[in-house]
Amino acid sequence: MKCGIVVFPGSNCDHDCYHILKHILNQETHWLWHKEEASLESFDLVVLPGGFSYGDYLRAGAIARFSPIMNSITRFAKNGGKVLGICNGFQILLECGLLPGVLIQNQSRKFICKNVFVSVDNPDTAFTQNCGEKNVLEIPIAHHQGSYYIDPHSLGQLEENGQIIFRYCDTNGNVSAESNPNGSVGSVAGVANEQKNVMGMMPHPERCADPLWSRIDGQIIFQSLISNS
Amino acid sequence: MLAQIHVTFKEGVLDPQGKTVHHALNDLGYDEVLDVNIGKYLEIKLDSASEEEAEIRVREMCEQLLANTVIESFRFTLVPTE
Repeated sequence: MKCGIVVFPGSNCDHDCYHILKHILNQETHWLWHKEEASLESFDLVVLPGGFSYGDYLRAGAIARFSPIMNSITRFAKNGGKVLGICNGFQILLECGLLPGVLIQNQSRKFICKNVFVSVDNPDTAFTQNCGEKNVLEIPIAHHQGSYYIDPHSLGQLEENGQIIFRYCDTNGNVSAESNPNGSVGSVAGVANEQKNVMGMMPHPERCADPLWSRIDGQIIFQSLISNS
Repeated sequence: MLAQIHVTFKEGVLDPQGKTVHHALNDLGYDEVLDVNIGKYLEIKLDSASEEEAEIRVREMCEQLLANTVIESFRFTLVPTE
């Protein structure tokens, strides 16, 4: 699988994503610089990593979406290319309209950094196909603007179309207000576009994918993409 | 010309900062406070040929970048400057 990792000024999870894809999973991985339009036809996956692109000024992702590389990524996505946005990358995908909804400040108004559990709401996508029987993943979150919001009607449509990929839950997969860390509507932790080739998620799979660590649930997401490519 | 722009959350969108300030004001005894909505205020200096042109361009700026119209609404006034 040929992967591209986008680097914005302020990206800080780009090297983690690169490390997992290149050194742990042995995939061909390239950097994509934000200022350059790139021809992405030969790529299988583009990752928009976490961080604080442009200092999160104005709104998280609001400035990054106008970077030249985003024109290439929009074209890539429209042609069916797979795009994974993690945390700040998710915020950018929402700002540029490749995914529906927005992310606002956490209900608690605090930056939250901890391990959470997410239930796999749709295991039938390129991002989740290797989950198999495993329908609860433990993946860390680290964000301040991670409360997903969309109007109730559109939320219903997302549910109908199977566009909700992950929801915050407890160890056993129960979705409740207690297991919702940030006040997201419907406990949404990750959503996809209608075609399911673009997915954004607040949890950081790249932070739990190196076997040096005790938890590697994040690997399943990258492995799914490799199986699918 | 100076554009004075206010960007605020739309009705029904949770505003955690506004909610906290609302409670703080009530705690301080300002019982008449019914709701608090915290937004952004921007001042943009313009070199526009006319007010009509500025009106169109500033609206565009708000829709394209300054507000996320999924959850935010904006309003602005144009003030003549020296």
